[in-house]
Amino acid sequence: MSNAVITARGVGKRYRLGAAPVSDSLRDSLAATFSRATLLRVAGAMTSLGRGERDSDANTVWSLHDVSFDVGPGATLGIIGRNGAGKSTLLKILSRITQPTAGRVRIVGRVGSLLEVGTGFHPDLTGRENIFLNGAILGMRRSEIARKFDEIVAFAEVERFLDTQVKHYSSGMYLRLAFAVAAHFEPDILLVDEVLAVGDLEFQRKCIGKMGRVAGEGRTVLFVSHNMPAVRLLCRSAMVVDAGQIVREGDPAECVAYYVANGFQEDASEWTRPNDSGGALVMTHIASRVSGHQPRLTLELDVAVESRAPHKPAMVAVDVLDAAGVALMQALPSVEGFVACASSAQRIRIAIDLPPMIPGQYFATVWLGAHFSETLDVAERAIRFEVHDTPTTGRSHHHSPDHGAIVPLSAARCEPL
Amino acid sequence: MALSPSHSANAVGDGRPVVIIEPPRRWMPLDLRELWDQRELVYFLAWRDIKVRYKQTALGASWAILQPIFGMAVFSIFFGKLGRIPSDGLPYPLWSFAGLVPWAFFSQALTQSANSLVMSQNLLRKVYFPRLAIPIATVLSAAVDLVLAFVVLLAMMAFYGVFPTTRAVLVIPLAVLAFVAALGSGLWLAALSVRYRDVRYAVPVLVQFWLFATPIAYPSSLLPGNWRVLYAFNPMTGVVEGFRWALLGAHTTPGAMLAVSTVAAIVTLIGGAYYFRSMERTFADLV
Repeated sequence: MSNAVITARGVGKRYRLGAAPVSDSLRDSLAATFSRATLLRVAGAMTSLGRGERDSDANTVWSLHDVSFDVGPGATLGIIGRNGAGKSTLLKILSRITQPTAGRVRIVGRVGSLLEVGTGFHPDLTGRENIFLNGAILGMRRSEIARKFDEIVAFAEVERFLDTQVKHYSSGMYLRLAFAVAAHFEPDILLVDEVLAVGDLEFQRKCIGKMGRVAGEGRTVLFVSHNMPAVRLLCRSAMVVDAGQIVREGDPAECVAYYVANGFQEDASEWTRPNDSGGALVMTHIASRVSGHQPRLTLELDVAVESRAPHKPAMVAVDVLDAAGVALMQALPSVEGFVACASSAQRIRIAIDLPPMIPGQYFATVWLGAHFSETLDVAERAIRFEVHDTPTTGRSHHHSPDHGAIVPLSAARCEPL
Repeated sequence: MALSPSHSANAVGDGRPVVIIEPPRRWMPLDLRELWDQRELVYFLAWRDIKVRYKQTALGASWAILQPIFGMAVFSIFFGKLGRIPSDGLPYPLWSFAGLVPWAFFSQALTQSANSLVMSQNLLRKVYFPRLAIPIATVLSAAVDLVLAFVVLLAMMAFYGVFPTTRAVLVIPLAVLAFVAALGSGLWLAALSVRYRDVRYAVPVLVQFWLFATPIAYPSSLLPGNWRVLYAFNPMTGVVEGFRWALLGAHTTPGAMLAVSTVAAIVTLIGGAYYFRSMERTFADLV
């Protein structure tokens, strides 16, 4: 057991399937779904409660089963896996929110978990009050919060609103404040779950930057994420969890590749018009897919459109934006209007040859117009896609957006003058 | 970073804490040390409850005083005037208010702590800390109302010309007894409420029943002597009788009753704490 800070042996968590309906008052669940099947299930659950722990295996599911691993001091471990794979259960066990059904974990050092930002924020309290409350809930001492108070406020950029109740905050301010408190929490071992999934892009960037620094300071970080580029960028090791078990561990690039290769990753993205707005020509649905291999990736779009009033033939343009929302390029398949006004729905199929792009998240905006100055419909950032691999053969060093998103094909040679 | 080879209970050689996570056992230790380490959190949670309780109310913290005052008015009219209930030879309004002050604290603390876990379900699902901190903080925050109401009681005593003797100091251990009684019963109900939301609806009924099982509107001397000891198994009996004896100099010396009430309250608290701890493992999954 060397000097590992986390030692997990045979950890498992079993959930009872029948337990959910009786956790609310009995009448609620009866009123909600008054069917024979539910009644039977409730009756079954009640008798099983009476019996105590003895449950037939048919009524239980192992959300995590026989998981063993070691994490050394200063490690940054990325945990990837699809929804329901057991990643979050693992994190909840390590952070002691829920207890395992089997196995044993030994943790050396102060553990802090960020399963969400802003846990315990109270809308009626001011920003200042919530900083102290939230800090205490995370596990900070009052003196520690007081010492870091100015730094937290500066990080969150909420100086002017410190004495305003947070219920009057915009959602962006609220998140910034919540994350600022979390970011200044400095346990020996930090467990982070998908907190990057919330917030705007700028905010996500800030989170990634902060986490990178945390890892650089020698603290141990366990990071559950769907954000493959972030895992590759931040983590020095990784593991893939599927169906409650660790199916692969080791180098993050390898784990991400395994995850992608085994179809865990969804490369397709969809967009459906959220409301009935729109003019003469509207997009109702967009499906997208990235195909091919670096450096020759193709973004395929399938756009369903409907003509609702007479309109001139339309042309289509697609902007590709980086994670921060900066437009990188625009694809314009034709300068002639080719989408005619039609009585029935039509679909536009677009294929875009992407230039060699660095790994990361990208967005696409789809625009329809009769003329460059006459917009018919636009779906802003409707499509999200990810580039997983480097476009440069043999490169292992990570790419930084500071040097741009596109890696043009290039050649060079050295010869005597 | 040298690790001590021995498996010391709570820390390695360099002082870093060691946590062992294992499946729960039937009986979990109370782990009061961990709770003590987290006392600042208890303080912050109580402080939050106090800050938030009367936000957006026109009358604010005066509700802490108004509740027992209204109770006293109703009791004085119906039991004192119309029912002619005896009051140990003291003015009925003062006498009943002396009972209502600890009672208002108890009923508030019991109701709020019974609901405290369900109200904090987001915390239970997202962050770890000793779960006992939640109901303890709730009862502590209710104690602030007790202090406010107590000041009013002192003012009423002055109004009726009843002046406290040195015996009045005993109000402090009596308040602690009320605290123990409220927390003890609150722990039982809070732990139950996670699985059975019925608790939320049962608590108001229980509190109402409990009010009349406590000598607030009537003196315990109305009961036959041998029943009184049994009656004192309700810890609030001892508290209320004690308050009247310590502050107003009521003639009934509550010695035996107090002893029974104290034992009952302590047993309820210890039992409640262990029950709470044994149910704790299910909180995050069920709440």
